Amino acid sequence: MDFGLSEDQLLLQDAIRKVLEAECPTTRVRTIMESDDAHDTDLWQTLAELGLPALPIPEEYGGAGLEILDLALAAEGLGFCCTPGPFLGNALGSVALTASENSAAKTTWLPKIAAGAAIATYALGEKIGEWEASSLAVRATGGSLYGEKPLVPFAEIADLMIVGAVDNREPDLFLVERGAANMTIRTLLGSDGTRRLATVHFDGTPAVKLGGGLAAINRTRDTALVLLAADAYGGATRCLEMTRDYTLIREQFGQTIAHFQGIKHQLADLATDLVPTCSLWWYAAHAIDHIQDRAAHTAALAKARVTDLFDETARKGIELHGGIGFTWEHDIHLWVRRSLFDRAFFGEASYHRARAAGLRGW
Amino acid sequence: MNLSFSQEYQQFREEVRAFLTENWSATDVAANPVVDELKRGLGGGTRTDARATEFRRAAAAKGYLYRHVPRAYGGGEQTPDALKATIIADEFHAAKAPFEISNQGPAMLVPTLLAHGNEKQKKEFIEKTLLGHIRWCQGYSEPGAGSDLAALRTSGVLDGDEWVVNGQKIWTSNAADADMMFALIRTEPDAPKHEGITYMLLDMKTPGLDVRPLRQMDGQAHFNEVFFDDVRVPRNSIVGERGNGWKVSRSTLKAERALIGNASMLRRTLEGTVALAQLTEVRGRKAIEDPVVREKLADLDARVCAAEFNGYRLLTAGHRGQDPGLAGLVTKLYASQLSYDIAMMALEISSDRGLLGQGEPAAPFDGMMMGSFYGAFMLALGGGAPNIQRNVIGERGLGLPRDLRK
Repeated sequence: MDFGLSEDQLLLQDAIRKVLEAECPTTRVRTIMESDDAHDTDLWQTLAELGLPALPIPEEYGGAGLEILDLALAAEGLGFCCTPGPFLGNALGSVALTASENSAAKTTWLPKIAAGAAIATYALGEKIGEWEASSLAVRATGGSLYGEKPLVPFAEIADLMIVGAVDNREPDLFLVERGAANMTIRTLLGSDGTRRLATVHFDGTPAVKLGGGLAAINRTRDTALVLLAADAYGGATRCLEMTRDYTLIREQFGQTIAHFQGIKHQLADLATDLVPTCSLWWYAAHAIDHIQDRAAHTAALAKARVTDLFDETARKGIELHGGIGFTWEHDIHLWVRRSLFDRAFFGEASYHRARAAGLRGW
Repeated sequence: MNLSFSQEYQQFREEVRAFLTENWSATDVAANPVVDELKRGLGGGTRTDARATEFRRAAAAKGYLYRHVPRAYGGGEQTPDALKATIIADEFHAAKAPFEISNQGPAMLVPTLLAHGNEKQKKEFIEKTLLGHIRWCQGYSEPGAGSDLAALRTSGVLDGDEWVVNGQKIWTSNAADADMMFALIRTEPDAPKHEGITYMLLDMKTPGLDVRPLRQMDGQAHFNEVFFDDVRVPRNSIVGERGNGWKVSRSTLKAERALIGNASMLRRTLEGTVALAQLTEVRGRKAIEDPVVREKLADLDARVCAAEFNGYRLLTAGHRGQDPGLAGLVTKLYASQLSYDIAMMALEISSDRGLLGQGEPAAPFDGMMMGSFYGAFMLALGGGAPNIQRNVIGERGLGLPRDLRK
């Protein structure tokens, strides 16, 4: 029994943190999020050199052949640094494609994704608040897709989109290439500038059926919940550290405000709630690959619990900063916005708690 | 990371089951005073009679109980393995068999003796403590020394071959039933506050030692005051060096934090609460069918899961010789708050019948949930009140400045 990170995983965590702190400080985060597509190809190349897009892709397709836990550790690092760009959608597209049964599509695309030469995204949810395969309405008929995906990350810049759709009443995955015919993409105004969303409308859009069905869709859903939880954990940890550091330099009433027990205790309470949840998303990530019957349940709990705490930590962090925390100039709002994305994408916390209760058999 | 129940663990589970089938029969279960399994999570009992002792000895010999204690002192002597520990706990629980005694003796005194005791003390006390034959209480807090424990004043003066102890302890759990006390006594009055304390073992039947129960908010008397009036204690009844008791006691406090942070206790209480929701019908439907109840229970489940998996992480860190940092420091505050929230949930599920007391048959589960409600206060206050925990987490875990202390 071993419930800790391996040497390789610790090195990966460390490398991501170091490279992002050097290459993508918040000044660059702001530049990218205020750009037209919130995507910086140089930064994506840097992430590709770190090996992030290759993490979940099997070695036979030029990937690193690692596990969802490794991918989640990368998501944690990006959350910690509030890194903008298409990591999340690309990771989900890769996991979905890998879990599918279409080897021609895998051979064509996975090596390119692994090398950072192509970017994938993933389109699942449709009606408000519904992220189950059983609720899909986009339909595939004769090799074409019809319907709408309202919330697709980085659809505009993606080279390929993996789409959940119904084919003859069976949910399955389909691949749509960039610039496909009869597809319109409308970029949305989101709260989080670091992860751009778009609505994609299909009206007879050519698509390749991937196979894999419900199992592939569910595995990708659980992965999404874990990656959002990991991003939220990284972000919450950063908010806590940022706030702690501020209380150690801000002086009022003749001393740094960290000397006040009211502040010390508030920070201690945030840490007490947050720190044990690290093991919750670690476990859920590990379960997706190794303990299948616990995966859906723990992924749902991790997503609900950690995104709730990201919100709370960011909010209390702003309060502890005082007025400066509410300015555009101060960085903490970048994480507040990020937390709004993490809590809402793939469904809000209470939805996943309700799912978890059912998955427990209650 | 490796948590899978591999072939090795499946086989281990089979072995544990076979052992239980052979050693703890239906007759033994029937003699068990714990009558209703569903209620057990909300409060339960422990057998220490001859049959239970025989069983615990056999289980320890197989390496199933007290796995961290060497065989020479009646333990199971196994390398830490959270999965095996979980399997053992699950199977013993399912078989309704006697498990490890989880009070102050095995949880706090035994680790201290293993770290600081001499051979004679280890031989004399550890095995009997593990079997529940010597019951211990902890003599730490005093009326003027609670959160500031090192301010304690109960004194020990050497007179020939005996210490003469005078003073008073308070909040002493189980003192009325205890055979022995491990206590912190000031033996070097002129030394600095932390350096004048000695860790002492006292027989509760010694003349001059007087136990007076303190009636609690739940009407029970779990705590006591203990008065010492010229209590004479043999000179060799100290653990570690004279004046070194503060350091010796640190290992005990650390052990207490682990005890109080125990996730399996949280899991049992939550399971009891879920069972309560499944059985209790309120306003025409089972409480478990209420979406609000379901969501709240799922949130508690997430928090209990985090405690369990954080426990795996701490075990792994310990096994690797790493300091777990904040993940270790927060467990006690985390568990005490969570146990209070679970207890409140059980009361909410009980609706207006939640106003009935423990043992009242008209209340769901005979009002057993009141036990966990009051128990949550003990959990929060024992071993350092919540604000002391927050100071420790803030100062040692987050690097915030120390409070003003005198």
